[in-house]
Amino acid sequence: MTPAVKVSGVTKIYGSLTALDNIDFSIEQGSFFGLLGPNGAGKSTLINILSGLTQATQGYIEVMGHNVKSEWRKTRMTLGVVPQELAYDPFFTVREMLRLQSGYFGLDSSNHAWIDEILFHLDLSDKAGENIGNLSGGMKRRLLIAQALVHKPDVVVLDEPTAGVDVELRRSLWKYFRKLNKKGQTIILTTHYLEEAETNCDRIGILNHGRLKAVEEKNKLLNRYPYRLLNLRLPEGSEKNIPEKIKEKIVSAENGDICLRLHKDKDKIGDIMEELHKANVKFVDLHTKEPGLEEVFMALTGKEND
Amino acid sequence: MINWGGAFTLFRKELWRFLKVSIQTILTPVVTVLLYLLVFSSVLSDRLEVYKGIDYVKFLIPGLVVMAMLQNAFANSSSSIFQSKMNRNIVFMLLAPLSNLEIYTSYVLACVVRGLLVGAGVWITAFFFESVWIHNIALVFAFGFLGCGILGALGLIGAVCSEKWDHIAAFQNFVILPLSFLSGVFFSIHTLPPFWEKVSYYNPFFYMVDGFRNGFLGISDTDPTLSLIVTSAFFIAVSIAGLLILKSGYKLRE
Repeated sequence: MTPAVKVSGVTKIYGSLTALDNIDFSIEQGSFFGLLGPNGAGKSTLINILSGLTQATQGYIEVMGHNVKSEWRKTRMTLGVVPQELAYDPFFTVREMLRLQSGYFGLDSSNHAWIDEILFHLDLSDKAGENIGNLSGGMKRRLLIAQALVHKPDVVVLDEPTAGVDVELRRSLWKYFRKLNKKGQTIILTTHYLEEAETNCDRIGILNHGRLKAVEEKNKLLNRYPYRLLNLRLPEGSEKNIPEKIKEKIVSAENGDICLRLHKDKDKIGDIMEELHKANVKFVDLHTKEPGLEEVFMALTGKEND
Repeated sequence: MINWGGAFTLFRKELWRFLKVSIQTILTPVVTVLLYLLVFSSVLSDRLEVYKGIDYVKFLIPGLVVMAMLQNAFANSSSSIFQSKMNRNIVFMLLAPLSNLEIYTSYVLACVVRGLLVGAGVWITAFFFESVWIHNIALVFAFGFLGCGILGALGLIGAVCSEKWDHIAAFQNFVILPLSFLSGVFFSIHTLPPFWEKVSYYNPFFYMVDGFRNGFLGISDTDPTLSLIVTSAFFIAVSIAGLLILKSGYKLRE
């Protein structure tokens, strides 16, 4: 099957800065793909090249088999982009804006029923006649999503879709995105909320300093991290008795709560407990935590010890 | 393949935008020009006769009509595009399957429509001062269309290249305004000293104004055919420049 997105040898250079360095990967159709990376990693540059707002210095991107540069009209028809910034045109109402956006894609009034459906799903029906400038931040965010969906694109790019959005709205948006994905739309997500990416994405790509550090199925990526965490709560004054060998594994210690990072294969929890017992270190509580996307992300972007 | 529907939507959106604020975009320029007329007609009407047998106010009205048209055509594209850039909502147009030619044509045609509406408003209300009937409607439309098209394209170029409102204002105040004021709106260039008369022939705005005036009065400083050739050539040159800027993605696409 043709990949939804194929990124091939993409490099972007701004003066002396290499924003993207020979990036290669594909996103399968129907995937919920998370593109992660710290600020300045190159995520926005890659999305801008994908959507035709920036030109690659080298390499190319295809969307549903169409080259972004040479077949720009076809790629734009298949791509819906939700920009990060709350951009809006203050002259128009919600419905007027969506109808104009639909018109830009050459769609006539037969698409108006779909626009009403999007308004309903995004809980904007009662705001359809409202000037966009009067909407709250959350409503403007939902309108941006609606604008990206007016032409029923095969691939939807969500650039930080929940930035500045309250918890309740965030939940409803994720529910809607999952629904779109189940219906077959490919979703590409960039977010700083790693737990959201971990919950929703089936595949993850991690960029750092313009280089692709990993592209894998989420579960495989999580298994790549060779550590697990052991949290212990110690009574006051016990910390000083912890043997040096175990102290080396402490990643955080605060008010008697210590967190040890243990290698999944080399460090046996039983051995650790025995050594602590021998050193007369008591503990009042303990639990283990499997690594999440945050730990993998930190390890791959070199921020583990920040 | 042309995205006719997309281009028409962008054109319609631009019309809709200025009609939503028609007091500012249509009525205000009409009133401003009428104030010019009020002042000039009361002060100069008895003292000046530019063309033999033609009252000064009658001479002035076509010039003021076309000056209002040109200035508003420029204001339309420059303010719309620059405001979209500042609000960043220009991204919605850039993400759509619209070619540079479709974008250019839609914006420029909307400028022409605004220019014609303002021009019609000024002309009709000027009847309170003096009846000026159209002598050659083809010339009036040709120069009106080309003039507004040129200024619409210049507005587009100015807005794309500008980074601050200051830049747009500078372009308008230091380029557009002097060229339109010195184009023979208020006087015949034959009344100027020889040096400035020669300089005026290098001002493309002079041909737009002079040709347009000929459409009303049947008389002008230079041959309307020459004016039409120069204005058309200028329109083509400005259009090529506008399209090349859009194609380069300068300040729009990195």
